Amino acid sequence: MEILLAIVTGILYAAGIYMMLRRSLVKLILGIILLGNGVNLLIFLLGRITKGKPPIIPEEAKVFEELYADPVPQALILTAIVISFGLQAFAIILVKRAYKVLGTDDLDQLNTTDEDS
Amino acid sequence: MSNLIILCPLLIHLLFSILLMFAWRSLKWQKSLTIIGNSFALVASIWVFIFIYENGTQTVQSGNWEAPFGITFVADMLAATLVLLTCISGFAVAIFSVVSVIKARLKFGYFSVFHFLLMGLTGAFLTGDIFNLYVWFEIIIISSFVLISLGGERNQLEGAVKYFTLNILASMIFLTALGVLYGLTGTLNMADLSQKIVLLENQALVEICAVLFLVGFGIKSAVFPLYFWLPASYHTPPSAVSAIFAGLLTKVGVYALIRVFTLIFVGDLFLETLLISIAILSIFSGGIGALIQNNIRKVFSYLIICHIGFMIGGLGLFTSVAIAGTIFYLIHDIIVKTNLFLISGLIYRLRSTSSLKKLGGLYSEYPKISLLLAIPLFSLVGIPPLSGFWPKISLLLAGFERENYWFVGAVIFGSLITLVIIAKVWSEAFWKNPQPVKKWKNFVDFCELKHIQKAQLIFPIAFLSVVSLYIGFGAEHIQQLSERIAMELMDNQQYIDAVFKTRANAR
Repeated sequence: MEILLAIVTGILYAAGIYMMLRRSLVKLILGIILLGNGVNLLIFLLGRITKGKPPIIPEEAKVFEELYADPVPQALILTAIVISFGLQAFAIILVKRAYKVLGTDDLDQLNTTDEDS
Repeated sequence: MSNLIILCPLLIHLLFSILLMFAWRSLKWQKSLTIIGNSFALVASIWVFIFIYENGTQTVQSGNWEAPFGITFVADMLAATLVLLTCISGFAVAIFSVVSVIKARLKFGYFSVFHFLLMGLTGAFLTGDIFNLYVWFEIIIISSFVLISLGGERNQLEGAVKYFTLNILASMIFLTALGVLYGLTGTLNMADLSQKIVLLENQALVEICAVLFLVGFGIKSAVFPLYFWLPASYHTPPSAVSAIFAGLLTKVGVYALIRVFTLIFVGDLFLETLLISIAILSIFSGGIGALIQNNIRKVFSYLIICHIGFMIGGLGLFTSVAIAGTIFYLIHDIIVKTNLFLISGLIYRLRSTSSLKKLGGLYSEYPKISLLLAIPLFSLVGIPPLSGFWPKISLLLAGFERENYWFVGAVIFGSLITLVIIAKVWSEAFWKNPQPVKKWKNFVDFCELKHIQKAQLIFPIAFLSVVSLYIGFGAEHIQQLSERIAMELMDNQQYIDAVFKTRANAR
């Protein structure tokens, strides 16, 4: 399971970076989304995958006696997902607006701000 | 719980950004509210600063969860100083934006988002939890996205796309580094991380993690190979917005670098060499980039990159003298860079252009204003009694002490090239004969403004100039403060003890 998830994370990172390097604005957003998912999976994976061991202490015990699933990475991912959702929603609107105003979705055409004025 | 007051500036900004949403329809109310809110925050931050100055580092455990488990807010001297500087800049920029930003932009919640941005900045300075730092960074960048794209002009949107992409990429890299760090240590509290990271066996992975942090924060603070988004976007929004960006957003990246590399990843020779090399390259590329630009706001944008190099280099040298120089430079830079972009806004209001070729004759027409503008411009260069001069002494001393003559050379080169650039700006914009001015339609010239509006444009610049003058002439105080901060940073045990104080008391 870990190996599989590690490979998937790697693919998501690679695909995300590749898409961000393309010239189209839409692919840029797809790249951001893929990369965001890759990061979330990475955090999930690094929190160690433990199956069927909820972090609940049995009534008679005071501390955990065996390995348990760490709840913190899941809380982190939840926060990260919410944040990236907001950012992606903003990104889509921004790109739509930019496409309407600039009349192009080719990133190589977006060079007027670098020109001397 | 008297130490709860360290959260006051943060909560005031939150409160006012909510209040401003209720006043959505009335711009008049919003303008008064934002000035009141920023004055409150300024007073609160001065109070916090004095409180920390007298009582030392204070902590707040949110929800009363003890240190490594809950989120901790830590106000040490560095955080308190930066919160104070944030509130000073915020106060000045709020007053400036009341007049200088056009109604069409203000209508869509400009002030509310502005307060959110300031809240994010204060939060980032105060937090002692690395994931919480990420959340504050996200609050900062999402408000800055709104501010940079508000108005939707052609080049603004273009700048926004570039700014947006690189900042999101930086956040993703930061989050990756954070995930790896959590996987290694199982904690997110920075004080706890500092203790646990030295015990790890897998130091190679720690180093990779440190480099990921360097890249993530490096993009945000615009250091050498990662700065290209900055000059492409900072000149596009209204100058009030660029002022707050220039003053604080890149500096929050520098702050994060200082915090992470003095607390968590300490004493790594490879990283120190890397930091000094990118610092030297930033100084060179920023300085030379600024030299060939013609748009006054682009010149200032490149100067930001040039001067980030001084701070990163001081961090790389990593002696207490160098860190003191870095902190002093940070204090000086936040005030001066905010002021520079306010000046560019004022010059645009006077002449309706930002191009150095078309500017001219400012000194003959507005001698008093020109003399006022001379203060921040020459503070930036660091003509001896003014503020930019003093931190360079510490940086040079530290450079000689560590026998790093490349950095010494770069600092001298950086100062010289800043002098050349400011001399060029001064002679082109102020001393050259007046050029024929082409006014845009609907452009309101400075002369046509009412007295109160003129005052609202001039007052923030004068206020920040007075602060700069104080930093220059009261350099002894600031130097003592920076040395104290440097001591606290070099001896991070104090920070760790402050965070775990409750645990120690319980035993």
